[in-house]
Amino acid sequence: MPSATLLGQALISGVLAGGMYGLLALGLSLSWGLLRLVNLSHFALAFLAAYLTYELGTNYHVAPWWSAMLIVPAMFAMGLAQHWIFDKFKVNELASLLITFSFAIILEVAIQLYWTADYRRYETHYSTMSFKVGPFYIPVLELILCLVAGVLAWGTWLWLRKTYVGKALRAAAEDADIAAAYGVDHKKLAYLLSGMGAAYAGIAGTFIALIATLAPAQIWTWLGVVFAVVIIGRLGNPLGALFAGMLIGASESIAMAVLSPAWAPVVSFSLLIVILLWDPEWL
Amino acid sequence: MTNRMGAWRRREILAGLAATAGMLAAPAIVRAAPSGKPVKIGGTLSLTGFLAQTAVIHKIASEIMVEEINVRNGFLGRPVEFVLLDDQSKPDVARSLYEKLITVDKVDLIQGPYATAPILAAMGVAQRYGKVIIQNSMGIPKMQTYERAFPATPFGSEPDKTYPNVILDAMASLPTPPKSMVVLTSKFPSAQFMALGMKEQAEKRGVKVLMYLEYESGNRDFGAIAARIKEANPDFLWVGSLGLESNQVLESLRKLDYAPKNHFHLYPAPGPLALSPDGNNALCSTFLEPAEPFMSRPGVARIAGEFKEKATKANLPYTTIDAQAAGMVSQWQMLEAAVNGSGSLDDEKIAAWLKKNRVTTIYGSLRFDGPFNHGDASQLIKQVQDKEWRVVWPKEFAAPGVALKGA
Repeated sequence: MPSATLLGQALISGVLAGGMYGLLALGLSLSWGLLRLVNLSHFALAFLAAYLTYELGTNYHVAPWWSAMLIVPAMFAMGLAQHWIFDKFKVNELASLLITFSFAIILEVAIQLYWTADYRRYETHYSTMSFKVGPFYIPVLELILCLVAGVLAWGTWLWLRKTYVGKALRAAAEDADIAAAYGVDHKKLAYLLSGMGAAYAGIAGTFIALIATLAPAQIWTWLGVVFAVVIIGRLGNPLGALFAGMLIGASESIAMAVLSPAWAPVVSFSLLIVILLWDPEWL
Repeated sequence: MTNRMGAWRRREILAGLAATAGMLAAPAIVRAAPSGKPVKIGGTLSLTGFLAQTAVIHKIASEIMVEEINVRNGFLGRPVEFVLLDDQSKPDVARSLYEKLITVDKVDLIQGPYATAPILAAMGVAQRYGKVIIQNSMGIPKMQTYERAFPATPFGSEPDKTYPNVILDAMASLPTPPKSMVVLTSKFPSAQFMALGMKEQAEKRGVKVLMYLEYESGNRDFGAIAARIKEANPDFLWVGSLGLESNQVLESLRKLDYAPKNHFHLYPAPGPLALSPDGNNALCSTFLEPAEPFMSRPGVARIAGEFKEKATKANLPYTTIDAQAAGMVSQWQMLEAAVNGSGSLDDEKIAAWLKKNRVTTIYGSLRFDGPFNHGDASQLIKQVQDKEWRVVWPKEFAAPGVALKGA
């Protein structure tokens, strides 16, 4: 039987890893749920941001928080540009999968051309820092990531529910024609949301640069699990994405501690199937 | 094997050795430049996808070797042209591309791709067309059942038995030999194959295997695994890792304020592990490192210099030649020796020549007359010391002043 310390440590590790799932899922969930666009290039944008953070940090000694100040607005602009293409060519939900997959491939190749396929690691003195609470170790960066993901998820949730723009976006997602009849300019709001989604990818990318070693092909590493998170958390629900990320992260981690680590992906996708079949009211 | 080596055989071996050593050692200026229609050699590498980090090393090694061969006499006096395609790290793509290389591009010869799965895919196509295929990275030799498939790396035919014993010999030489170990491995077939061998051999030699853990290839979070390792607290951690997984395991352990006492990594990314703050004393297998006595082998210092130059130009962060790049060098050396030795571009004659002759490669003298066309295993152990890989075992291969360090 695993000890209580092992289980507790695995739970902490899983919940914090789930923070990254939630952060990555946030932008994807918004564009899928409210714009009906499945943006696969979200992962490539996050990695582009990660490589830019690495480049600025390694070659120009810019601290990651300052890099984020540059990168996040740049990503927002990229989101706007991307949405202009969706808008111009009237891309629907299904076509968005194909088009954004192409974007992702183009970005992957571009990243490889500039940074090569070799591994890149942004070494910082704080990347593996942790502090002790009782018998448990809490990694500092992952904790900050979780807090940032929490603030963004709560902020976005409140924005969607309490502000006129947020309510208008939700109304347009329900029925664009009726919303337009009430004066909602869905097109303009869609640009805003696209930009926000890409900006969230930029924030996730900054953390990826600090936590992970970068390689272009790793763009696809989180794809499966983040899709599961988005679906479990309900499309367009930022808080749902965060909680689902933590739920999957924790269940994977507990499976690794109690069963064989190889069972982790089985557990997360089984959870997805169970929740889809169960369809609980509270979700 | 030895009783087959009659006088006629010794002569052939000596002829092969003399021919390849001569080609490597003699200055280029005394040879005529190749001319005429190029000999097209087709091959794929995983230039994109999850194996791309290693493929770029193989690509550079190939470029160096094609240039070297053309500075010499090419193949039978004709220049060599390498038709390289990107298999995207996907075996199905590798299979289609080898089909294309042979039937559409009409290449004269082929070179094997990198990694077990693409090699197996390419080997099937090679077998269908009777082509010789030389590869340097098939981790499960018993799967190389095609009679014209040859290994360019001295894995030996049973690395699941030979590898673990070299590692265990090295561990046993420490002042405090490990009594317990944890075997942690990726489920990637060649890593899992070696991990099972490690577990079996360790148990046979009385080392207690506290845990045998498998994780899915591409695992994202090693936090829980690290917690299990820390709790088990083994004397020796053996990690059947690929690429960055070793770094991820060690980083996760550090976050728990734990450093393994002795740790071995199967197929890590050599640069990132050597340069990692957690990499100190990490052990790994090798066949060659850019140090003595290897640099004294014919041509090695020159190739190492060219590799550094090209890798720097290609913007690679780790520019030192290692066993990976050497594998591709060996692959070209074998093909060159076999073409020139057999005096033919005919696959049947090339295969027959390779089975009868030894080839002097960057790894030393290799033979191909054992099970699955493998020869002797010549695995070495290297260790990260002061951010550099140094060969530490067997002792006779360690550079002066370098010794295995244990916990």
